[in-house]
Amino acid sequence: MHLSETVNTGFYFLAPGLVLAPILGLLINAIFGKNFSEKVVGTVASLASGTAFVISVLLAYSVAVNHGHPVSVPFAEWIHIGNLELDWTFRVDSLSATMMLVVSGVGTLIHIYAIGYMHEDVRFKHEEGRFNRFFLYLNLFIAAMMILVSGDSYLMLFVGWEGVGLCSFLLIGFWYEMDTLARPSWANSNAAKKAFITNRVGDFGFLIAGFLMFWYLGSFQFDEVFAAAPAIAHDSPWVIVAITLFMLVGVAGKSAQIPLYIWLPDAMAGPTPVSALIHAATMVTAGVYLVTRSAPLYTLVPEAQYIVAMVGAATALFAATIAVGQYDIKKVLAYSTISQLGFMVAAVGMGAYVAGMFHLITHAFFKALLFLSAGSVILGLERGHHAHAHHGHDDHGKGKKKESKKEEHGHHSGHDDHGEVFDPGDMRNMGGLRKTMPVTFWLYMIGTLALAGIFPFAGFWSKDEILLDASLHYTSVYWQLTIAAFFTAFYMGRQIWMVFFGEARTDAAKSAQESPKVMTVPLMVLAVLSVAGGALNLPFEGFHNLGHWLEYTLGEVHALPLDLKVAGISTALALLAIFISWLIYGRNPLKAGQPDPLKKPLGFVFTGMENKWFVDEGYGVLILTPFKKLSQFLADVIDWRFWHDFVHDTVIAGTYNWLSDVVLSRYADQKGIDTFFNSWGSFTQWLSGNVRRIQNGFVRSYALSVLLGVVLILGYLILK
Amino acid sequence: MVPVNYYVVLSAILFVIGALGVLSRRNPLIIFMSIELMLNAANLAFVAFASVYETFSGQIFVFFVIAVAAAEVAVGLALIVEIFKTKKNINIDEMNSLKG
Repeated sequence: MHLSETVNTGFYFLAPGLVLAPILGLLINAIFGKNFSEKVVGTVASLASGTAFVISVLLAYSVAVNHGHPVSVPFAEWIHIGNLELDWTFRVDSLSATMMLVVSGVGTLIHIYAIGYMHEDVRFKHEEGRFNRFFLYLNLFIAAMMILVSGDSYLMLFVGWEGVGLCSFLLIGFWYEMDTLARPSWANSNAAKKAFITNRVGDFGFLIAGFLMFWYLGSFQFDEVFAAAPAIAHDSPWVIVAITLFMLVGVAGKSAQIPLYIWLPDAMAGPTPVSALIHAATMVTAGVYLVTRSAPLYTLVPEAQYIVAMVGAATALFAATIAVGQYDIKKVLAYSTISQLGFMVAAVGMGAYVAGMFHLITHAFFKALLFLSAGSVILGLERGHHAHAHHGHDDHGKGKKKESKKEEHGHHSGHDDHGEVFDPGDMRNMGGLRKTMPVTFWLYMIGTLALAGIFPFAGFWSKDEILLDASLHYTSVYWQLTIAAFFTAFYMGRQIWMVFFGEARTDAAKSAQESPKVMTVPLMVLAVLSVAGGALNLPFEGFHNLGHWLEYTLGEVHALPLDLKVAGISTALALLAIFISWLIYGRNPLKAGQPDPLKKPLGFVFTGMENKWFVDEGYGVLILTPFKKLSQFLADVIDWRFWHDFVHDTVIAGTYNWLSDVVLSRYADQKGIDTFFNSWGSFTQWLSGNVRRIQNGFVRSYALSVLLGVVLILGYLILK
Repeated sequence: MVPVNYYVVLSAILFVIGALGVLSRRNPLIIFMSIELMLNAANLAFVAFASVYETFSGQIFVFFVIAVAAAEVAVGLALIVEIFKTKKNINIDEMNSLKG
C-alpha cells in the first residue's frame, strides 16, 4: 500500500492493535513462557510493546496528515440494552496520540531495561521462576493503559483506569511474600493493598462524576458530553461543578494528589521498572490526561479550576518538603513524582493544558531515566554487597569448617556479616559511586539537571511554561510552585552528593559494579530525550510544536512567549538550591553513621520531613483505627456474639431443641401417644385374657351356654 | 277332660329337671338319662297338643323323636365305652383336652 493512498484513510484501522499487541504478547508468554528462556520472554514482551509504539507512530502520522481531525474507530459492541448503547470505540486525535506515543515509547524502553534488571533481581531473591510473570503483568499494563488513552468515552477511559489500577496492584505486590529487604513479611502486599484501596477511593469519585454525567448530560461519549455541557452549565451549573470536582477526587487517587497520594511512596516496594513505568511515566499521568481531555467541562466552571490548581500547587510544595528528609533513593524520587504531578495538575487546573501535557511528556522522560538509573544504582550495590559477602565468606569458610549451608543461604539473602539486613536503597549506605559506576552517574546527572529545571534540559522548558502560566493566573499558585521548584533542586542536589560523591560509606558501595548494556542503553535513549525534549514546545515563535499539535483537540491555545523574568527567577533559585545542597552535603561529604546535617539545625521540621509529616499515622488514627474498631465490633459483638451465639444458637436453636426434645418428644410422643396406644394393647390383652376363659374345655359350661342362648332367643321371640 | 295346660306345665317341669340334670351331673350315663327325660318331655307336649287339635302329626313326630333318641344313645354309649378304654374314668369334668 502506497503511503499516499493512506493519506485520506490513514492507518486508523491499526488502532485496536494498540491493545491487541500487548495482549498477544501476554498470551504468548503465558502459554509458552515456561518453555522460553528469559531472553525470549523479555524479547516477546518488548516486541509487543514496541509494536504498540509503531502503531502509535503510524496513528500520529495519520492524525498529522489529516490535519488533526479526530477519528473514531469502532471496535466492539459492548452494552446494548433497549436504547442504551455503549460500545468500545477507539479515538485517534492529537491528544490521545500524544499519550499513546509516551506510554508505548517509554514503556518499550522500560521493557528492555527490565529484561536486564529482573534477570538480576529474581536471582538476588532466589525466585528465578517468577521472571515470566513480571512480563505478563507489564504487557497487561500496557494494554490497559492503551485502553485508557484511546477510549472514545469516559466509560472506556474508566475501564482502562481500573485496569491500570489492577496492574499497579499486581506489580507493586510482585514480591508479595517479602518486604523490600527480602525478609518474609506482609509489607509488600500491604503496600499493594494500600495502593489499590486508595485508588478505589479515587475511583469512587470518578464513578460519581460518571453517574452525574450520564444522568444530566445523557452520555459517556466525549463529543456528546462536551456538546451537551454548555446548556447544562447555563441552567444548573452545580452539575458541571460537581462532575469536575468528583473527577478531581479520581485524579487525586490516580495521580497521587493531596489527600490520596499516600500510596505512591509505599508503591516503591515494587521492582524499580514498575516504579519507573507506572508510578512515574504513565499510570499516574492518567489523571492529568483526564483533566486535559475534560477541558471543555473545566473551562465552563472557573471555581472548580481554581480548586484543581490549588490542590496541585499544595501537593507540589508539600511533597517537595517531604522529599528533603528521605533517605531511601526511591522514596526521594517517589515524592518528587508526587510533587511534579502537582505541577501538572496545577497547570491543567489553570487551563494551561499544553504546559501540563508538555511537562507530562518531559517528566516521563527524565523521571523514568532517574528511576531506572536508581535501579541501576541499587543493583550495583547489591552486586557489590554479594561480591563482598562472597569474599568475606571465603575467609570465614577457611576458618570454620562447620558452617552449614543454611547460614550461607541466609547471608545471600541480604544479611551482612554483622547480622543486620543490608538495604541497598538507603542513600546512607552509598557514596562515591561516580568512580565505580560512571555510566549510571552521568545518566543520573542528566536526569537530575532535567528535573531541577536547568537550562537547556527538557525540564527547564516545561516547568518554566507552567510557572509562566501560574504567574499570569493565580499568584499563590505561582509562589507555591516556585518554592516547590526550589526544594526540587535542593533535594536532587542532596541526592547527587550523597550517592555519587564523597567516599563510599559501606563495603558494598566500595565494590559496586556497573550495570550491563541491556540496562544502560535504554537509559541513554531516555537521556537524549531528557536533553532534547524541550524542543517539543519551545516558547519562541514558530517552535510551539506541541501547542499546535494539541490545538487540534483543545481548540484555540494561547501560546506564551518566553518571559525572561520568570525563567530567570526559577533558574536562579534552582542554582541557588544546588549550591546550598553542595554547602551542606557536597563540601563535607557524609561519613558512615553520621546523621543528616540538617537534623540539628532544623530540629522538629526535619523530623516532620523525615516522617512524611505523619500523614499516614494521622490517617491511621482518624480513619483506619476507628474503622478497624468498628468492623471488629460488628464482627465480634454484633455478628458473632449477638447474631450467632445469641439469636441463632440460644434463641432459635435452643427453642427448636426445647420444642423437639421436651414438648414433642417427652410429652407429646412418650407420655401422650405412646400411652394412648399402649392402653389399646393392654386392653386387648385384658380382653383376650378374659375371653379365653370361656373356652375351658368343660362340657358342662358349654352346655350351659347353649341353654342360656336358647332361653334368650325364646324369651325374645315370646316377648316380641 | 284334663285341660291341656296341665300337660304343658308338666312337660316344662320335666324339661327343666332334665336340663338341670344335664348341667349338674358328672356321670355321662346320668346325663344321657337326663337328655332322655328332656326328649320325653318334648314328646309329652307333642302328644298333648295332638290330642287337643285331633291330628296325627304330633303322634307321628313322637315316633321320630323316639327313634332319634335311641340312635343317639347308642352312639353316645359307644363313645363312653371308648373314652373309658382310654382314660379309665368317665367323669366328664376331666374331659377337657379341648381347652383353649
